[in-house]
Amino acid sequence: MRTIKFLLQKEFLQIFRNKGMLPIIFLMPMIQLVVLSFAATFELKEVDVHLVDFDRSATSRALVTKMQATGYFNIQSHSQDVDDGIRMMRSNDIQLALVIPQHFERDVTSGSPTSVQLNIDAVDGSTAGLIQGYGRSIIQDFSVEVQPQIKQIQQQRRRAGINIIPANWYNPNLDYIKYMVPGILVVLVSMIGMFLSGMNIVREREIGTIEQLNVTPIKRYQFIAGKLLPFWIIGLFELVVGLLIARLGFNIPFVGSVLLLLAIAGIYLLVVEGIGLFISTITSTQQQAMFIAWFLMVVFILMGGLFTPIESMPGWAQDLTLFNPVAHFIKIMRMVLLKGAGWAEVQHLVGILTLMVVIILPAAIFRYRKSTG
Amino acid sequence: MNEELAIQANDLTRKFGDFAAVDQISFEVSQGEIFGFLGANGAGKTTAIRMLIGLLAPTSGKASVAGFDVYTQAEAIKRKIGYMSQKFSLYTDLTVWENIRLYGGIYGLSEDNIKAKAEELLSSLQLESVRDKRIGSLPLGWKQKLAFSVAMLHEPDIVFLDEPTGGVDPITRRQFWEQIYQAAEEGTTVFVTTHYMDEAEYCDRVSIMVDGKIEALDTPAGLRQAYQADDIEDVFIELARGADRAE
Repeated sequence: MRTIKFLLQKEFLQIFRNKGMLPIIFLMPMIQLVVLSFAATFELKEVDVHLVDFDRSATSRALVTKMQATGYFNIQSHSQDVDDGIRMMRSNDIQLALVIPQHFERDVTSGSPTSVQLNIDAVDGSTAGLIQGYGRSIIQDFSVEVQPQIKQIQQQRRRAGINIIPANWYNPNLDYIKYMVPGILVVLVSMIGMFLSGMNIVREREIGTIEQLNVTPIKRYQFIAGKLLPFWIIGLFELVVGLLIARLGFNIPFVGSVLLLLAIAGIYLLVVEGIGLFISTITSTQQQAMFIAWFLMVVFILMGGLFTPIESMPGWAQDLTLFNPVAHFIKIMRMVLLKGAGWAEVQHLVGILTLMVVIILPAAIFRYRKSTG
Repeated sequence: MNEELAIQANDLTRKFGDFAAVDQISFEVSQGEIFGFLGANGAGKTTAIRMLIGLLAPTSGKASVAGFDVYTQAEAIKRKIGYMSQKFSLYTDLTVWENIRLYGGIYGLSEDNIKAKAEELLSSLQLESVRDKRIGSLPLGWKQKLAFSVAMLHEPDIVFLDEPTGGVDPITRRQFWEQIYQAAEEGTTVFVTTHYMDEAEYCDRVSIMVDGKIEALDTPAGLRQAYQADDIEDVFIELARGADRAE
């Protein structure tokens, strides 16, 4: 224990003296949290539209006005040529070319079938889906409004059909930030754990200071505890600060127990630190270690359900997330913070994380050698 | 195993692939001796030292340090030895005092003992004025003196010095050797490698390594006589001339 105390003292002195790293460790994650949470949104805002109105009637103008009034669509330009719209789409000036056909007013008021064409830039599939969804519901609303004289029969038929009443649980306003902030917090904590602890050892190997330690009778577990603990403490500290920002700055509800969350974070940090440590035992330069850590991190994050729901991945990819600690902790974070899940609901996930600690940490300690074979 | 011997090596060998960096070397170092371990660059000195201090596993052969086997008791050896590497390896972003405290702590010295030791070392090295300066800002000679002190902090039985005076000015070198003598007088065995042949004359016995093998081993006077040379430098050049491993 005494040895570990001396090692911790050394590690913290070095961390707080490193003027280049200090802001990266403490400031960058916070800035990232704030910026990413606001920027990484799936909400639709201000889609630029090219309008091709062949009808030029009061009704077609009313539809366009309604669309603009929602705030989601912004008419950038208009012409009488659909190709103009396609051209602008190619140069990324607009995302939607709206085409209203001739005789639109006549057909709508007479109740004959008519159609409106939405040409959507679908390079980004999820945004395209949103544009389509928003557009469709606005146009449907509109068609109901402009057909007040709609036949009684149709009204009745609608009533007779199955009416869907959605109720959004846990996030009633479909507030995107509530969904993102817990996930981004996980990413920040993971970076601290995975990068800093592993990198630290490789750095000592690179500058040669590790050799002086290796000729001392220091035990392997002491050395590794000395490397893990500081970043474990810093990781938890940053999580607390991040949660405070989430609570006070973003008004994220803390429905579940924060203490439970911190306890699980303690286990989770050991997993990512263990991975970082393991990487450090198989690399000899910071460059190599950084590259491997980045590779893993990107895979973990992209397949971790931060941006895209795991449920919409192909089956094999979903199976792979079983081995992805980031995915588990993001899930736990959202469950506990937003849904108020307790121990009973998350225990199987915590079990997986614990299993990961039990495998990766001993593997890393075992692979760490004071001498070279 | 002879209790009187600080270091004993028997056909100690280390291969990297087909290349035998250290090729069946055998020697003995008595307690309290200053043993000079000479050789050209690439002759295998550092590899040999790394095997003796438990940083590198030997390929074959036998060796014991302070009575402990290098294969099976490396951690026990580490408690008995001090090591100063060729490459400066204290923490340059920590102060002189913080480095001493760290290594004192790791070797299990008590807080009071660390403080007392630090005062003693700093005054004997005339480094009191830089006690709270970061090591990175000190000149090389001072760093080397400090590295030696840290290696001696826990009063080891044997101290391994790998080119301790490389790149150091003559005055500091002289002071350095005074420190080495003092350590030897207090009973510490000193195992030292060097490039400076005048330093070889300060050693009790000297071995000269060429291409991974020990080609000569005797007192400096004995070597001069055997090779009919004026000084060790001539002996060294005579032996190293036949080396295959160019610098």
